[in-house]
Amino acid sequence: MSDAVAPAEVHGQAVHHPKLQHHFETMEQQKEASTLGMWVFLLTEVLFFGGLFMAYLLYRVWYFDAFAEASRDLDIQLGTFNTVVLIGSSLTMALGVRAAQTDERKKTVFWLVATIILGLVFLVVKGFEYEHKFAVGHVPGPNFHSDSPYAAQEQIFFSLYFTMTGLHALHMVVGVGLMSVITWMAAKGRFSARYYTPVEMAGLYWHFVDLVWIYLFPLLYLVERHN
Amino acid sequence: MLDKLELPERHYLNNGHGLKSWLLTKDHKRIAIMYLISISAMFMLGGFFAAGVRLELMTPRGDLFLADTYNKFFTMHGIVMVFFFLIPSTPAVLGNFLLPLMIGAKDLAFPRLNLLSLYLFWIGIVFFFYALFSGGIDTGWTFYTPFSAAVSNTNVVPVALGVFIAGFSSILTGLNFIVTIHRMRAPGLTWFRLPLFVWAHYATSLIQVLGTPVIAITIVMLFTERAFGFGIFDPTRGGDPVLFQHLFWFYSHPAVYLMILPAMGVISEVLSTFSRKTIFGYSFVAFSSLAIAVFGFIVWAHHLFVAGISTYSAMVFSFLSFSVAIPSAVKMFNWTATLYKGTISFEAPMLYVYGFFGLFLVGGLTGLFLATLGIDVHVHDTYFVVAHFHYVMVGGAIMGYLGGLHFWWPKITGRMYSEFLSRISAIMVFVGFNLTFFPQFILGYMGMPRRYHAYPDEFQVLNVMSSGGSVVLGIGYLLPVIYFLWSLKHGAVAGPNPWVASGLEWQTASPPPTENFVETPHVHGEPYEYTPHVAREANLV
Repeated sequence: MSDAVAPAEVHGQAVHHPKLQHHFETMEQQKEASTLGMWVFLLTEVLFFGGLFMAYLLYRVWYFDAFAEASRDLDIQLGTFNTVVLIGSSLTMALGVRAAQTDERKKTVFWLVATIILGLVFLVVKGFEYEHKFAVGHVPGPNFHSDSPYAAQEQIFFSLYFTMTGLHALHMVVGVGLMSVITWMAAKGRFSARYYTPVEMAGLYWHFVDLVWIYLFPLLYLVERHN
Repeated sequence: MLDKLELPERHYLNNGHGLKSWLLTKDHKRIAIMYLISISAMFMLGGFFAAGVRLELMTPRGDLFLADTYNKFFTMHGIVMVFFFLIPSTPAVLGNFLLPLMIGAKDLAFPRLNLLSLYLFWIGIVFFFYALFSGGIDTGWTFYTPFSAAVSNTNVVPVALGVFIAGFSSILTGLNFIVTIHRMRAPGLTWFRLPLFVWAHYATSLIQVLGTPVIAITIVMLFTERAFGFGIFDPTRGGDPVLFQHLFWFYSHPAVYLMILPAMGVISEVLSTFSRKTIFGYSFVAFSSLAIAVFGFIVWAHHLFVAGISTYSAMVFSFLSFSVAIPSAVKMFNWTATLYKGTISFEAPMLYVYGFFGLFLVGGLTGLFLATLGIDVHVHDTYFVVAHFHYVMVGGAIMGYLGGLHFWWPKITGRMYSEFLSRISAIMVFVGFNLTFFPQFILGYMGMPRRYHAYPDEFQVLNVMSSGGSVVLGIGYLLPVIYFLWSLKHGAVAGPNPWVASGLEWQTASPPPTENFVETPHVHGEPYEYTPHVAREANLV
């Protein structure tokens, strides 16, 4: 956003917002472009995760008993806790965008920092869950250990579990990094009621990553919880 | 007129010198030039591997390479050509250069993202080269499991990562194009005034954005299996290798349309210019691009007819595959109708267009053979398939790309190339191509399987023809390198509009200034406003 080339000269117009890049005509056009670009990006993300969901659906239908069995080994309490944490972070994120919109710098920073903290809490809890899986030998591969009659297919479940939640966690890490930059920019006063697009776009990404978890949680943790 | 023309004083090529001014540029035109250089180099590398394959197949016995080496040669030929040449070819070079010019914009919507795409592409190439110099890869460009996951001891992981990263380059390019076409059009340039090149690139971008993430995640799953011992595709644990094929072709079949669609966009532009007529049935040609993009996503399982899918789903996918012929035929018929009563000329770009018609027709129609269940069982995994997809991907996509490169070269560099040599090259490509690949239809029909380095003696004559043709083809491809480079210094100055064409990109200087247009153009009329039967104003060659 640093390439404003003497805009008054180029366009022969008097007033130009300093954040307007030279190849756009108006701030509205610039914002519309960013918004559309972000939504298209999220669409690619849907398809990116889609391949894994496809594999999950297929194997869940084929090996339902193994999936139910393996799912019981996941820690539902930690899973639920993390779900609440992420939904909470979506709320703080939305409040952060709202604060940026109304030009309240301190509030924006506060809510963004809260979002980062909740994201980190999620990642730490996830880390403990992974650690437990390693300890009891639920990581697929040569060291996989299970006493159930479906041991082979349980590996498929855990392969998907680690790939799906791992990829989601990776998105969370990226999100935390992204949010840190945005927070820093907000603290520096880079945003205003007229220009807060980066906050909004980062927010869209954050909500998307939350949403992926909202699907992952029931699919992985709640396959068959009774008995 | 000839001696009056001069290059503009200030243009995108002389706006800043030195490596830094290129590597840190946000100018879509300079990025396109860097893509052009990169993919040309990759094309030659892919051609080198192809030459190795053709050389081995001169004789029935495997006397040049070991079987393992041969496997690596055709694999790396396929990977280089598909992922590092064909997929970026027309969109990343011509699309990047021309989209903003054609819609009267100063740049793509996200210039920095565009530069990032180029860098990702380069990083992908670096991964590939790492794999190449540490022994190559032998899985075939399709990476089928369980061979790629559990058996092959070659460099599957670095190549897969290279393809994965280059894939994101493709995704971001598509995203950039979609947003640019939606939001950056000049005043008055409504959707139905857009050049068909832009429509074709819109359809291409949809495939890039919707398809590429799926192969990306498929590669991630393959990666987890190879690197961590996960078992999503491992049959010993209940995993399904055929699922890999489904996911792979869900992208890789549309990827063929991703290669051909932008080439079809080129055809529409060149054709109307050199027949001095508006495109017949503009909206049909425009919508057929979208239809190809949509149908392209629901035909993938025709690659799996012999992989154990049910007869019922095979029938459905056979039927759906046939349906792709409809929008393709709409295009062919409309283009032919455009020629009717036009003032047709035979400049080099137009020769490539004629070549495209012939080759794409054969490639497309043999696709119908392959979509037919009974015939597919007979010719599956034979040279018939090899010939078919080369007719589409080389005969179609590369003819379009080269035609476009010749057509817009004066715009890109401001200079003309040798018309005589370029016609010779276009003819050599056409003749050499047919000589190389037509015998392969016959070989395949006679039962010669693909991917073997030895074959029975009776196939030798046709194989020698094919190898001989590939020499002609190779020279045809090398000639442009020579006369294009020659033209940079010695070519006649082209002027803004050497073909007297109608598009917005011809309204600005050649080469264009960095900001593309001195003043944002306003569009008042339809595209392709040509008057037939009016003699060409100038023939500058």
